[in-house]
Amino acid sequence: MRRALVLVVALAFGLAFTGSLVAQQQGGIGGPGRDAPRLRGPEPFTRETPAPPMQRAITDDVRRRRNYPDQPPLIPHAIEGYALVLNANKCLSCHSRRFTEQSQAPMVSVTHYQDRDGNFLGGIAPRRYACLGCHVPQTTAQPLVDNSFTDLDDISEPERRSR
Amino acid sequence: MTDILARAGATRVGSWVRQAFTPARTLSLAFLTLGGFLAGVVFWGGFNTALEVLNTEKFCTSCHEMQSNVFEELKGTIHFTNRSGVRATCPDCHVPHNWTDKIARKMQASKEVWGHLFGSIDTREKFLGLRRTLAEHEWERMKANDSLECRNCHSAVSMDLAKQNPRAADAHQAFLFTGQKTCIDCHKGIAHRLPNMQGVPGWQ
Repeated sequence: MRRALVLVVALAFGLAFTGSLVAQQQGGIGGPGRDAPRLRGPEPFTRETPAPPMQRAITDDVRRRRNYPDQPPLIPHAIEGYALVLNANKCLSCHSRRFTEQSQAPMVSVTHYQDRDGNFLGGIAPRRYACLGCHVPQTTAQPLVDNSFTDLDDISEPERRSR
Repeated sequence: MTDILARAGATRVGSWVRQAFTPARTLSLAFLTLGGFLAGVVFWGGFNTALEVLNTEKFCTSCHEMQSNVFEELKGTIHFTNRSGVRATCPDCHVPHNWTDKIARKMQASKEVWGHLFGSIDTREKFLGLRRTLAEHEWERMKANDSLECRNCHSAVSMDLAKQNPRAADAHQAFLFTGQKTCIDCHKGIAHRLPNMQGVPGWQ
């Protein structure tokens, strides 16, 4: 009984292996068989290719429209070298309630001063401390795949459609 | 004077003092003045050369405390690597460039030699434990001299606000040019990582 089982498992593995080999030969790595380009480009992974240059950060200080109301706002300025660690949070030096007058920066959303049960806290809730977990800067990089995202307004309320 | 010298002559040290104050018998005036001048040049030059050797990044990072903590942290920052390759070394920011202040700082640094010999920060844990204290020393020094070491390179007069981000330009106009704040008040932790910033003005 046990021997039969081992045989069946080995046979299954063998079939799967040959199957994958055939698939590779048909599609080719990174070839027409794939629907999305890989991060490292069309070259097969066996060939070493130079890394693409780093993309430039967008630092024009112009606020970006949110794609939906509860999207975390994007960061339109440089954040290179800003501390966001247990010891220090540089973001809060401008965006916390205390410093918005001198910095004229938008204040951290009021939801960030609540714990998860909705109770208001004196300062930033610990679970909201890691700003970059949701708020991110942008670069000039072109998307690897086309984005077919449609704004909700374009579907639901044609009179509010963005032109 | 001769009285004092005569009395001093009784002892051994006293005889040297007496010798020093007696006019030279065999050495010429030219030898003494020119020789003294040359010896002065050699000693003064040697002193300053030694001072300069002790004022290099190579010397600072010859201690593992500096090499494996603060120097490693510096490497990722704009004061080590940037577009144009102009960079700051340790003494550019941490040793005053003015001679008297430099000597004063060098004498203060004898405490650091003590710390090195007795291993006050010879592990990463000890260093992190003392980091707030050490950082506060530097903040206080730069606050007291109006961020002189920053201003040795970054002159407020030469800042082109049009080339700064509007955000930076506004802040410099409101706080730096009015003298309300000095560089270190806002630009803390730009070359090394920060200690726990709880209670530091301007930090949450």
